[in-house]
Amino acid sequence: MLLVPCPNCGPRNSADLTYRGEASARPNPATTTPKEWRDYLYSEDNPAGWLKETWYCSSGCRRFFAVERHTVTSEFREPPLPGSKTPKPLGDVGGRAVVGDASELEGEQ
Amino acid sequence: MMRRLEPQSGEFIDRSQPLKFTWNSKKLVGFAGDTIVSALLANNEQIISRSMKYHRPRGVLSADYWDPNTTVQVGDEPNVRAGHRLLETGIKVSAQNVWPSLAYDIKAANRLAGRFLTAGFYYKTFMKPQRLWPLYEKVLARFAPGGVVDLNTPHGYHDKRYAHVDVVVAGAGPTGLAAAISAAQAGMSVMLVEHNHRVGGHLLWGSDQDRETAAELANLAKVAGVEILTDSTVTGRYDDNWVAIAQRNHPGVVERLIKARAKTLVVAAGLIERPYVFAGNDHVGVMLSGAARRLINNYAVRPGHKAVVLTANAQGDATVSDLERAGVEVVAVVDGRKGQTISSASGSSKQLKTVITSDGSKLEADLLVTAVGWTAPTSLLNMAGDRPSYNPTAARFFPTALPDNVLASGGIVGDGSLDELIAHGRSTGKLAAQRAAVIQHRLRTTVTRAVKPDGTEPPLPQDTRKPLVIAPHPELYRADTHGMVDYSEDVSSKDLLGAAAEGFDSVELVKRFTTATMGPSQGKLETVNTVAVLAEAKGETIEQVGTTVWRPPYAPISLGALAGRVFEPVRVSSIHEWHEANNMTPILAGQWIRPEHYGDPNAEVANVRNNVGIIDVTPLGKLDLRGSDVTKLLNLVYTNKWSKLPIGAVRYGIMCAEDGVVFDDGVTGRLSENHYLMSTTSSGAAQVWQWLEMWLQTEHPEWQVHVTPVTTGYTSINIAGPKSRELLNRLVDDVDLSSEAFPYMNVRIGTIAGVSNCIMWRIGFTGELSFEVHVPSGFGLHVWEQLLAQGADLKVHPFGLEAQRIMRLEKGHFIVGQDTDGLTKAPTTGLTPLIKLDKEDFAGKPELQWSLDAGAAGLPVLVAITPNDPSLVPDEACQILRQGTTEIVGRITSSRFSPTLQRSICLGQVASEFAAAGTELTMRLCDGSDATATVCTHHAHFDPEGVRLRG
Repeated sequence: MLLVPCPNCGPRNSADLTYRGEASARPNPATTTPKEWRDYLYSEDNPAGWLKETWYCSSGCRRFFAVERHTVTSEFREPPLPGSKTPKPLGDVGGRAVVGDASELEGEQ
Repeated sequence: MMRRLEPQSGEFIDRSQPLKFTWNSKKLVGFAGDTIVSALLANNEQIISRSMKYHRPRGVLSADYWDPNTTVQVGDEPNVRAGHRLLETGIKVSAQNVWPSLAYDIKAANRLAGRFLTAGFYYKTFMKPQRLWPLYEKVLARFAPGGVVDLNTPHGYHDKRYAHVDVVVAGAGPTGLAAAISAAQAGMSVMLVEHNHRVGGHLLWGSDQDRETAAELANLAKVAGVEILTDSTVTGRYDDNWVAIAQRNHPGVVERLIKARAKTLVVAAGLIERPYVFAGNDHVGVMLSGAARRLINNYAVRPGHKAVVLTANAQGDATVSDLERAGVEVVAVVDGRKGQTISSASGSSKQLKTVITSDGSKLEADLLVTAVGWTAPTSLLNMAGDRPSYNPTAARFFPTALPDNVLASGGIVGDGSLDELIAHGRSTGKLAAQRAAVIQHRLRTTVTRAVKPDGTEPPLPQDTRKPLVIAPHPELYRADTHGMVDYSEDVSSKDLLGAAAEGFDSVELVKRFTTATMGPSQGKLETVNTVAVLAEAKGETIEQVGTTVWRPPYAPISLGALAGRVFEPVRVSSIHEWHEANNMTPILAGQWIRPEHYGDPNAEVANVRNNVGIIDVTPLGKLDLRGSDVTKLLNLVYTNKWSKLPIGAVRYGIMCAEDGVVFDDGVTGRLSENHYLMSTTSSGAAQVWQWLEMWLQTEHPEWQVHVTPVTTGYTSINIAGPKSRELLNRLVDDVDLSSEAFPYMNVRIGTIAGVSNCIMWRIGFTGELSFEVHVPSGFGLHVWEQLLAQGADLKVHPFGLEAQRIMRLEKGHFIVGQDTDGLTKAPTTGLTPLIKLDKEDFAGKPELQWSLDAGAAGLPVLVAITPNDPSLVPDEACQILRQGTTEIVGRITSSRFSPTLQRSICLGQVASEFAAAGTELTMRLCDGSDATATVCTHHAHFDPEGVRLRG
């Protein structure tokens, strides 16, 4: 069973969390097309490699968080901060990003 | 003729403790410390089973857990491994898969038909015609192997344990012990897991000095604080070193599953002895050298009287001296290293008589011992992603590449003297400890909001262990004759050649076609022989053919251990004890135990319609919402509008998922400027909470909203009926309950029966004037009892879930999950006016927009339905058919007999063309007959104008 690094609770059995799937951005509902929306709902990229995904710490702190996982080796790493394209290995950045809310947490150290 | 020897220095048995047991009803005696197999053999019982397909008599082969020939029934427990299971006093042991008896087995006639029973015979023969399969199945079931399952056997007590250790060592032979000692001495918590009953591995059946060394190591391990688990098996290694251990000897527990999360795993599983393939290799009296040595040295049992030994290694040589010491006449030693082998073995069904060597010599013997090489049990390494490769010099497979957190030691990786093996184990344990420290550091740094350990992550220590040598060993797989490859499944080398000739030329295909390696031995003895024979058939090398992938479990684990304890939490409200004391018929709703009724649901309905009733609705999900942006959240998750909800008002809403499918509904009331109470369905409470958190945390972290689940913080009671206001008025002083001051769909906070801070809302699921009160749960029972006491003259009576369901159906209110399913989009429910497409955004809006733009074309419609025969109550989920056809055009979703209307009433989903009021429908009932029904004008069968609930 995978160990999933929750930013609050630390490494936890994946069964303690709820997998929310690939972390894809919700299309703007005002302008979206059926194709784009249904891609968002039902299609996943499923790469053999690094994948940004969302987990919900359902048996722990109940936070949603985004993390990058290598689907072949099961390594985890921090997703890139907004505005940065360089992913960093886990533990190298000050705060784990909650989706869409990364910079705010950095000050909490 | 007893075969028990005079006392041996390494024996496990306690001769002061004789144990009586029965074998196929025959009374026998063994000693404490015996396995069932050693006790049987000591009593000269040589035939222990019949083979699966040909029912050949079988005796001891390996005399350990993996022995394919010694599976027996013990009492009501089938498939017991008699080479491993310890003898207990009074047990009833019997042979499996025999009829009518072990000695005389009718099914042995299969042997005569053997040439027809080749691999794939069953597949090919019984495939067609398909209509005869039930008959085939009955006949074949009689021939199926395995013991007898007694369905009345009690479940027994099973348990689970979670362990967080630094290092798990699989295997407690000399290397495993040494590794565990080193790791523990380096300060790590270590769990050492041994499959057998004692630690020491092959040292136990070696010399006295070997046993001394084993005892010293065991003592050192204890002193170092190693947790030693015997009679326990590491059955699997999963992601991130999640290690499953089946512990069979925990006191009071039938079998315990230990879920260990190890930072490093050391695999020191040793080597498993491999049988040799030749004609008669499954004859009673043919056994492996390890079996002979264990029987003599550990159980003081003479395995035969006149022996031939085929040896190709030191263990075979040691067997010769063991046999001679035990008084067995060694007729001949056939040395595989000199190119000599065995050609065939034969005898009567009870006893081996003749052994023919490859040079044609005919030898008389009742025992043939083979020592032709080893299989490395690389299962746990396979599970860690390794694909072992074959080394022809050593005639076995070796691991290739392991992840950082898995290390192998001992026979799996090489050979050497005992000192060299122990030294390798020591250095492995040290490396495991160093790596565990780094992995520990790595795990800690992932807790980004916790205090981190000092310093940067240390580099992963490299493997600088002095490798063990790889000793040469002759490749001995098959003689010039054909014999058994898989004893458990009766698959011979001929079968494998036949399968290859039929085109099953990959090892994975051959395995599935012939079932070789798929029996109870699970490839431990036969995998490499299977590969070798296939390589021979294809004219390839063993390395080219490759091996099958070993998958968990390494050893069988009982379903009871996987299930663990019966552990199912239930939830009850604060009024539960009252319900129990007052004739409740309970119903399980999710985890909740609720009153279905208190004797007569129809009377409960009548009482609500005529007087007043109270129902415990505590399981209703309740979420306390606070903050300046709650309105935005409500607008996002509900399809309707919430911006103008005044303080003191409640509103009904439905929630849709992003695909437009209804997933919950309920009412939410505004208690003050920035404080709301949301109610959800009873089953949806947890899901809605997660849904709200998801929006708040991922899409709108800037919104100021706190969500607190308060479902069990309040006890919820619905007071319903024309006299409900009068009743509640007697308990409430500080809230004006009059229709003018407290109209329908409003909320007030006040004091009930002296309990302050109660939330009351005027809503009506039952269709009657009703008040739903949420009382701080410590006072729930008090308020409930006060309502009953104060309302006695009003004929107040509690009502249960069934009465509520009848009344809501009379009113045409749908239940999410009953009248809707995972495909029901919001327009189907008929609540289209509640879908406000002019809102900027809400969950599911795009899908609903497109649905409604298309006029909800293609969506089914939820309608009220009355069967034309008012006494007919169709079963829920009855299909609705297009008349005269079997085309399904809808289904009944709710159905009850209405005591108020004295007729049957239903809700159902139908295709839109059948949704118009007055349409006649054809229902296909569960008994296969058809009945007619009519679509109603309004969802509500009763009081469609809602006069009563607004009263």
